[in-house]
Amino acid sequence: MDKKKTVNINMKEYGMVLALIAVFLIFAAMTGGKNMSPANINNLIMQNSYIVILAVGMLLCVLTGNIDLGVGSIVAVCGAAVGIMIVDYKASMWVAILAALAIGTLSGMFVGFFVSKLSIPPFIVTLATMLMGRGLTYTLLKAQTKGPLPTDYTYIGAGFLPTVKIPFGKGTLDIVSIGVALAAFALIIFSEIRSIRTKKKYGFPVTPLWQSVLKVGVILVIVWFFFYKLSRYNGIPFVLVIMGALVALYHFITSKTVAGRQIYALGGNAKAAKLSGINTGKVFFWVYTNMGILCAIAGIVLSARNASATPKAGDQFEMDAIASCYIGGAATTGGVGTIIGAVVGAFIMGILNNGMSLYGWSTDIQKIVKGAVLLGAVTIDLLSKRKK
Amino acid sequence: MSEHILEMNHITKEFYGVKALDDVNIKVKRGEIHALCGENGAGKSTLMNVLSGVYPYGTYSGDIVYNGNVNQFHSIKQSEAKGIVIIHQELALSPYLSVAENVFLGNEQTTVKGVVDWTKTNKRAQEMLEKVGLENENLNVPVSSLGVGKQQLIEIARAMAKQVELLILDEPTAALNDEESRRLLDIMLDLKKHGITCIIISHKLNEVSYVADSITVIRDGKTIETLVKGKDEISEDRIIKGMVGRELTNRFPERNCEIGSNIFEVENWNVYHPDDPNRKMIRDVSFHVRSGEVVGFAGLMGAGRTELAMSLFGRSYGQKITGTIKINGKQVLIRNVRDAINNKLAYVSEDRKSYGLILIDSVRGNMTLAALRNFFSKRGIVNGNAENLSAEDFRKKINVKANSINQTVSSLSGGNQQKVVLAKWMMTQPDVLILDEPTRGIDIGAKYEIYCVINDLAKAGKAIIVISSELQEIIGICDRIYVINEGHISGELSSEEVSQEKIMKCIMADNGKDE
Repeated sequence: MDKKKTVNINMKEYGMVLALIAVFLIFAAMTGGKNMSPANINNLIMQNSYIVILAVGMLLCVLTGNIDLGVGSIVAVCGAAVGIMIVDYKASMWVAILAALAIGTLSGMFVGFFVSKLSIPPFIVTLATMLMGRGLTYTLLKAQTKGPLPTDYTYIGAGFLPTVKIPFGKGTLDIVSIGVALAAFALIIFSEIRSIRTKKKYGFPVTPLWQSVLKVGVILVIVWFFFYKLSRYNGIPFVLVIMGALVALYHFITSKTVAGRQIYALGGNAKAAKLSGINTGKVFFWVYTNMGILCAIAGIVLSARNASATPKAGDQFEMDAIASCYIGGAATTGGVGTIIGAVVGAFIMGILNNGMSLYGWSTDIQKIVKGAVLLGAVTIDLLSKRKK
Repeated sequence: MSEHILEMNHITKEFYGVKALDDVNIKVKRGEIHALCGENGAGKSTLMNVLSGVYPYGTYSGDIVYNGNVNQFHSIKQSEAKGIVIIHQELALSPYLSVAENVFLGNEQTTVKGVVDWTKTNKRAQEMLEKVGLENENLNVPVSSLGVGKQQLIEIARAMAKQVELLILDEPTAALNDEESRRLLDIMLDLKKHGITCIIISHKLNEVSYVADSITVIRDGKTIETLVKGKDEISEDRIIKGMVGRELTNRFPERNCEIGSNIFEVENWNVYHPDDPNRKMIRDVSFHVRSGEVVGFAGLMGAGRTELAMSLFGRSYGQKITGTIKINGKQVLIRNVRDAINNKLAYVSEDRKSYGLILIDSVRGNMTLAALRNFFSKRGIVNGNAENLSAEDFRKKINVKANSINQTVSSLSGGNQQKVVLAKWMMTQPDVLILDEPTRGIDIGAKYEIYCVINDLAKAGKAIIVISSELQEIIGICDRIYVINEGHISGELSSEEVSQEKIMKCIMADNGKDE
């Protein structure tokens, strides 16, 4: 009985990861392995980095039972700020980055103020910031693209960590990437062993050994696959470092801190959370302020990758970020969802986009497929819960 | 026609291999009030759901013989067409629709198909309301503006509008005070005179003995016995014996503990309505609770007991609050729930599902939520192991029946959910606990266990306030009782002198004074 239960839990937690692998393999078959090329793996990471960054922040909003519609527009405003500072005012890149972060934070606080102090529904407030932000971007940029941005700056979005390349097969192999992969291996195995140990020490139920081994095995294979492919290309992209750090940080916040637990509690039952001593207004304020900061980071990464600020930047990013959270198992009612889930959701969307482009489907068709996948994923998730 | 309006024979219903009902037999005579008694989880509600078609034909085995015919209901609509109407514990009214609209909800009076005939609706709604003693209600106000007691009666009016022959009431008085309950029960007796058969599910055995002509006791999914008024003894003790399978000699456990000095003192507490700054809800309330003492707040529903408790607990209710609170002799300033918790005050809400629990979260997550910041974390980082250990400890200590601390609380029974809420507030290590209706809607066995927990807390020197609408309970477990009426304290009774009559007298005398 007990053993059976652990199997079920595992399946549910890792179902999305399996779906991710399945989608990837399907496109590998359809494109004859084109999507597995080192260059494409690198592209996948670079193209989806800003969606992952936004999805991480969006998940917190989704956990409260709400969404943020203004994300794409704030990304554009922050990008525009960088462009104007550097190109028009010849400001240093660091000043420009700080300005973008400040603007993102302020816009987040703006939303947070209306939501927490005046109790205006976030849907309305962020619908307003979506319109206002886009309008502001067009006004600031006079509806034109601002560029080019200096290479020091574009490094953030398009650069790579230093590499040590050795000849390997028909190309080269970056030792740094391989080293990072091996370090990641050690870390993953170490943390799994530590978690099993503490569980045993306190007499908590542990998952059967073969399951732990299988789980770690799958994770190691995925990590190895990615880093090997990167090592065959240009090494580790800088955005991967930003993304990895943010994902790790927010995973920690949501799973291990009081603040994280308060967000889940608020989403699960706001009234009960309030009567448990949680300042729900404050939680809302910081969740939306945080979203603003992450919008700024995404805006910086995006403008760096494009080497310019464009008025259309970030268009409909909010939809991708929201969809990522829901595909990753978050509940529309709030209180349910994980950072890892949202990241996996973002990559499922990314792999779909990328695979369909490689296969030659137009962006119009891609939208249809993405919509269907979102609907399908949430339907399956809800139906499986209902059966229980 | 046969003497029995309903016979349910050999009903067996399984959920994933677990038998919720095991060969249940019940016979209901035409025109009687038949009570269904049993502990929570005994299968009463399941049986009624089988009868009304919530669980369609084919998902259970056995026969339902209604009016002499074997029936196979596939949905509630089909059973309603035959005159079987079930009123669930949770009211199914649409709060912002008018009284008349609610009476005909799902049964709209129409001229042509789909077009509502308002004249007919209002006229017939008035007729229905007369039958339930609400003839003086305004038909056009939203039901949410009425009290729970009246809303319950509107549910019955709604059943009447459906030409009900067999009315099933699932815990109809759970949310009502004694006076409202009595009114509802009298209406049931009145319906009986008009030939309507009723099945009532209730935990309140005094009510059952008052209205029921016969009582079927269910335990662990099996029918134990049927007691008939006039033939068998139907005292409360007798029914309890059937329900728990043994005689429960004392429903309220003994408590012998030393009552110490004042721990909690409130003086001149005044609170205004949250939406109406001119309406005083709590007037000049002063009281004190000593360590090891269990103090009761008795009063009618709407007397202001919950409002008083919540305004004390971090100003969670009301505005323009004035007055002083002393804890352990020191005056404290409590501006929000956080302050209340830090000053060792705890409040267990009357509505565990809306205000007490995060239903989608685990037993552990709920238990540790209020204490997370003070006891299970350092610099904002949660110590998951300490959390697990403590939750496991409490699960054993107060006997929460859950597979593990990871089980979601929504799947627990009411009594176990209540224990989780209690554990949650015990974890904050309070000196003063306010328990608002701590045993509402839970079965006798779980009630007993909760009384034991209360006694243990008193023994540990805590000051405890119990708010309860069940006078028997409050008399049974409290050392001292404050009677609260219309937002102020209208009397104080010691456990030696208290009786149900004295409490009611206190309330009535107070009402008389106002007029």
